[in-house]
Amino acid sequence: MRRGEIHALLGENGAGKTTLMRVVYGLTRPDSGEIVVAGRPVAIRSPKDAIAAGIGMVTQHFSLVRPMTVAENLALGRGSGMRLDLTLAAAAATEASQRLGMRVQPSARVDSLSIGQQQRVEIVKALARDCRVLILDEPTAVLVPQEVEGLFSALRKLAAQGLAIVFISHKLGEVLALTDRVTVLRGGRVEGSAVTAAVDERTLAELMVGRPVVGQERAPAVVGSATRDPLLEVDSLAANKANGLPALRGVSFRVHAREVLGVAGVSGNGQSELVEVLSGTRPLGGGLVKVAGVTLRGGSVPEVIRAGIGRIAEDRQASVVGDLSVAYNLVLERIDDFRKGGRLDEEAIQRNARSLIERFAIRATPQAPVRTLSGGNIQKVLLARVLAREPKVLIVSQPTRGLDVGATEYVRSELLAARERGAAVLLVSEDLDELLALSDRLIVMYEGKVVGALNAAGADRGQLGLLMAGRGSAGAAAEQSA
Amino acid sequence: MIAFVFDILTATIRNATPLALGTIGETYAERSGVLNLGIEGTMYAGAFFGFATAFWTGSLELGLLAAVLVGLVAGGLMAFLTVTLGANQHVSGLGLTLLLIGVSEFGNRLAFGGGQSLRRIDPYPLVDPLELGGPFSQYALTYVTFLAFVPLAWWVLMRTRFGLAIRAVGEDPEAADAAGISVFRTRYAALMVGGVLMAVGGAFFTLAALGSFTLDIIAGRGWVVIALVIFGRWGIWRAVAGALLFSAVYSLQLRLRVTPGWQDVPFELLLALPYLVVIAALALSGRNVAYPGAYLKPYRRT
Repeated sequence: MRRGEIHALLGENGAGKTTLMRVVYGLTRPDSGEIVVAGRPVAIRSPKDAIAAGIGMVTQHFSLVRPMTVAENLALGRGSGMRLDLTLAAAAATEASQRLGMRVQPSARVDSLSIGQQQRVEIVKALARDCRVLILDEPTAVLVPQEVEGLFSALRKLAAQGLAIVFISHKLGEVLALTDRVTVLRGGRVEGSAVTAAVDERTLAELMVGRPVVGQERAPAVVGSATRDPLLEVDSLAANKANGLPALRGVSFRVHAREVLGVAGVSGNGQSELVEVLSGTRPLGGGLVKVAGVTLRGGSVPEVIRAGIGRIAEDRQASVVGDLSVAYNLVLERIDDFRKGGRLDEEAIQRNARSLIERFAIRATPQAPVRTLSGGNIQKVLLARVLAREPKVLIVSQPTRGLDVGATEYVRSELLAARERGAAVLLVSEDLDELLALSDRLIVMYEGKVVGALNAAGADRGQLGLLMAGRGSAGAAAEQSA
Repeated sequence: MIAFVFDILTATIRNATPLALGTIGETYAERSGVLNLGIEGTMYAGAFFGFATAFWTGSLELGLLAAVLVGLVAGGLMAFLTVTLGANQHVSGLGLTLLLIGVSEFGNRLAFGGGQSLRRIDPYPLVDPLELGGPFSQYALTYVTFLAFVPLAWWVLMRTRFGLAIRAVGEDPEAADAAGISVFRTRYAALMVGGVLMAVGGAFFTLAALGSFTLDIIAGRGWVVIALVIFGRWGIWRAVAGALLFSAVYSLQLRLRVTPGWQDVPFELLLALPYLVVIAALALSGRNVAYPGAYLKPYRRT
């Protein structure tokens, strides 16, 4: 790492990027090896040592105390003497935000700020501590495209001021656009290091995965599908959040057979609630949901399953019973099909497990407790469980979050295969690349409403970003076809 | 009538003293993320060891010092269980209470033959520095509690770096750790400071109010404090206001029991009155309260 350099740390999930940086910041203890800052080896046992050595870090989950103000967060662990000097902290915040070129309000409570603003506070915090090395762990994962641009220009500004910046990412485009040099990690080893300008996307991807990568092959949208009967119809749907405030305010859309409808939006704009209503775990607050022409009463999981909806929920850990075996988890949604009299038909359950494990390439035995599986394999168990029933409608939420490139490819190809078989797929994701790669059409949600609908082919990221931020409007033509 | 009101007011402030001390102590513990159910036992042990020390040495100051030490040990033990070992806070706190009450009663048996000991010490006298009489005639500890400890506790919690550290480790220990604050040390400190306040609150009974030690001396006031802290939404002023409210109803019912015309009311009913008020207050104000973010959660680096 050099002064004024933006250095990318690239790798798949589980390649060791985050672990490496946690070691550098003192959050995880190394087994061996040494860390050298500005020519001197330093012993970093806790974040305090890291801060003293001039290292600042912005983690994926922000290290901000949410009910406190920006100034209080800045004062945390700083200063000397007994008194808490918030004026000083506020001044430091203002000064650091000027260096960054972004405004930060010192007296604002952190939990009243948007995610993008909170990230700014994190950077300001590190700057206010005179860090010389700034580590950002997947900083763009939570931002809309416009915010990403703002962040990049701020980071370039900081690099020009002499800061060394580590930019952790698995998004190749961002790495190429922003960084000076790049180091690729795979399986906990450095796979290669290069000047960014000298490499292209394909080389990096192959270094990252360790083999040539193929893109998603997607059959073109069926022309005129909109004229056929929709499999999933949602009309003026309303629902409340857990705290009683409205989460969905009149959401309407249709998904047809052989179609993937992508739902874009910054998290917390009603997508989770939409998925929960369609999954039967949240009561209908108004409006109409029809599956293949049959109206749902709502709020009942068995009803949803009977209607032919298959669900891949956002929280995959909560969708399986960790202590039960793979075989039992695979029949959990339709245990009645595996009964012999009043008892479970163990043999049928095992047979079912063996065939699904083979078909979906799950790396586990039928007897293994699900909690011992990797995230990718748990997701495969869920896919197997849902797709084995050949659902008419598939509700999928963040299907590849936290999965490595291999598992992601697999999950996406299975979703597209389900579409080929004639299912209607509703795909909720925060990953724009994923939405654009898989969807036929997109809708954008903002504050519980559908604020735009457009065709995925040729969709403009800038326009999507504006919609996700609650500004601008989109294609009336597409809206009608929705 | 004026005399009646003055009497109630005097008793209210006096009876609120141990509650206010306990409330501040518990607020500190809980703001750091640890529910300290050891409070009942800590107050009890503070009362007993304060009394025993004062009895043997003849010095009330040494008795007070003993209570301070008891508080440090009790808070330190609670911290060891919940912070170092990461044990369940409910179990640790209840265990601590059982232990401290047991140790105190055993000590009472060894030293004074157990039972309702009739040994007495000369307790702290009432003082009236301004010579205004009535509600101003209070124990020195009461004056110190309300004029010094309560504002100081607020100031430390809200206006010092130590206080910020306590609030931060109680809300989000990961973030505090990443900011270079030692979660362990901060929680130990908060629990030990809290323990001292609780134990001194207990010693108030033996060293000031009563001058003797009886087996039911704390009588569930520790549990009342737990409710008061929630009522106070983990703020010092509101919690102390809650202590005064409870104490006012408590003092009122004490007085009503000996007021002509009220003797027909069963005294058990009157006795229950302050607790009913706490429950009602909690039911009205305790909804949707925001508990400290890391409440009940031991912290481990992952």
